[in-house]
Amino acid sequence: MTKKIVVSFPDGEASRPLIYELIKKYDIMVSIIKADIDGGRRGKLVLELDSDSDHIAQAIDFMVKSGVDVSPLETKISFDNTRCISCGACTSACPSGALSISGPDWKLSFQPDKCVVCKLCITSCPLKLFKIEFAD
Amino acid sequence: MFKSYEEINEKIRKGKAVVLTAEEVSGMARTMKPKEILEKVDVVTTATFGAMCSSGAFLNFGHADPPIRMERIEINGVPVSGGLAAVDTFIGATDCNPQNPTYGGAHIIQELIEGRELTLEAWGKGTDCYPRKHIKTRISLKTINEAILMNPRNAYQNYNVAVNTTDRTLYTYMGTLLPHMKNASYSSAGELSPLLNDPECRTIGLGTRIFLCGTQGYVVWNGTQFNCSKPLNEYGVPMGNARTLALMGEMREMSSEFLRGAYFEKYGVTMYVGVGVPIPLLDEDLAHRVSIRNSQIDTFIEDYGCKGELIGKVNYEQLRSGEIEFMGKRIHTAPLSSLFKARQIAAILKDWIMKGQFELTAPVRPMPKGTSLRGLKEINQ
Repeated sequence: MTKKIVVSFPDGEASRPLIYELIKKYDIMVSIIKADIDGGRRGKLVLELDSDSDHIAQAIDFMVKSGVDVSPLETKISFDNTRCISCGACTSACPSGALSISGPDWKLSFQPDKCVVCKLCITSCPLKLFKIEFAD
Repeated sequence: MFKSYEEINEKIRKGKAVVLTAEEVSGMARTMKPKEILEKVDVVTTATFGAMCSSGAFLNFGHADPPIRMERIEINGVPVSGGLAAVDTFIGATDCNPQNPTYGGAHIIQELIEGRELTLEAWGKGTDCYPRKHIKTRISLKTINEAILMNPRNAYQNYNVAVNTTDRTLYTYMGTLLPHMKNASYSSAGELSPLLNDPECRTIGLGTRIFLCGTQGYVVWNGTQFNCSKPLNEYGVPMGNARTLALMGEMREMSSEFLRGAYFEKYGVTMYVGVGVPIPLLDEDLAHRVSIRNSQIDTFIEDYGCKGELIGKVNYEQLRSGEIEFMGKRIHTAPLSSLFKARQIAAILKDWIMKGQFELTAPVRPMPKGTSLRGLKEINQ
């Protein structure tokens, strides 16, 4: 299974080799979707964990005990469907294919499970219809 | 076989006209010859819904008491033209206040159409006949006199596909262009697009009645940058940015379903405009022209990272597939103009004509021939 999480580091905790331990100890394939670390000490990571559910649960338990905050990434990128004109500008910038537009109907389609929260859609939408809310 | 405008209009009045959208007729053309299409079909509807920066609106506010000669005008904080008499203005779609570049003229036009009330503030020096020097008030389409949409350049005949070969993201009016040609954006309704179905403007000229943003509007001139000199492909289709239309219509009858203010990141404000043009099938040549398919419409690939260099050619069937192969790369393609909305417009126009609510007009004046574009020379003193 895969699970997307937001890892928030309090002051100083970001210097720990957390990802190394996730891979080495818990046999997890880790994709770093987003990393926003302030001066290497405090910040936030958005990770996709790929392993079996037991390993993922143990890994999350380990991270919480290590003093970092872990919360599931609720994919909260959303767009106002009623105002959308299906121009397709957002699909051009979307690297993960979560936003797509194609025949037969050429209506914008959004698959939240593919979204990697890169936020390019927010700036690419000419009508400014996208919103993001992190599950902090 | 030939048909006249009057014969077709007579059929429209009787509710007997056969009307198809340009996509429908392109499908029909797979099995039928132009001669048969001409016999069966009277009118073909075409449409597009894209970002068209060269758009705007004339407003007349009415006179206050005491009156003012408005020389500097702002609507919702956006400076608009103060150069039209005392209480007229032209709102350019791309007008904006540099302090707030994401909101501009196009949004004002949209909000007026939606019936909203906006803040008008104007200044004048004060004259003997216009003594007032300042006014701040609220306006809406209910309070002012004329409100006329006037777009100097809409409905481009074809448009280059945008890519970016540099190593940094470019923010353009063709959307976000990712580095190393990771994406390509195109902006034409292809086989549904008005000027691709009548490429020499045989039926489109001054006075042509059209669908404009939800109501009946008119072609009022050739559009600016009207260019007849683009190379033709083997199907007679101009490649790249060629002919354009100047359009006009009554704002009070329009709907923001078919007109939207928009902002392209780090570029500026623009306006999405919905246009539908009916093409009467007067003869076999027109029946042949409207049969054009996406696979037969080529356009150039333009590198927005390198001074607009044309680096390749592609057709709309390839672009619509979502991916093209070019210079050894697989490039994700995406549209910028809404085919979904363009289809709605073509269907509405078809419905109006079939119900006898919309008759066709022959051009009062044809479009120019043999035009080409001049660049702007810089003169070093």
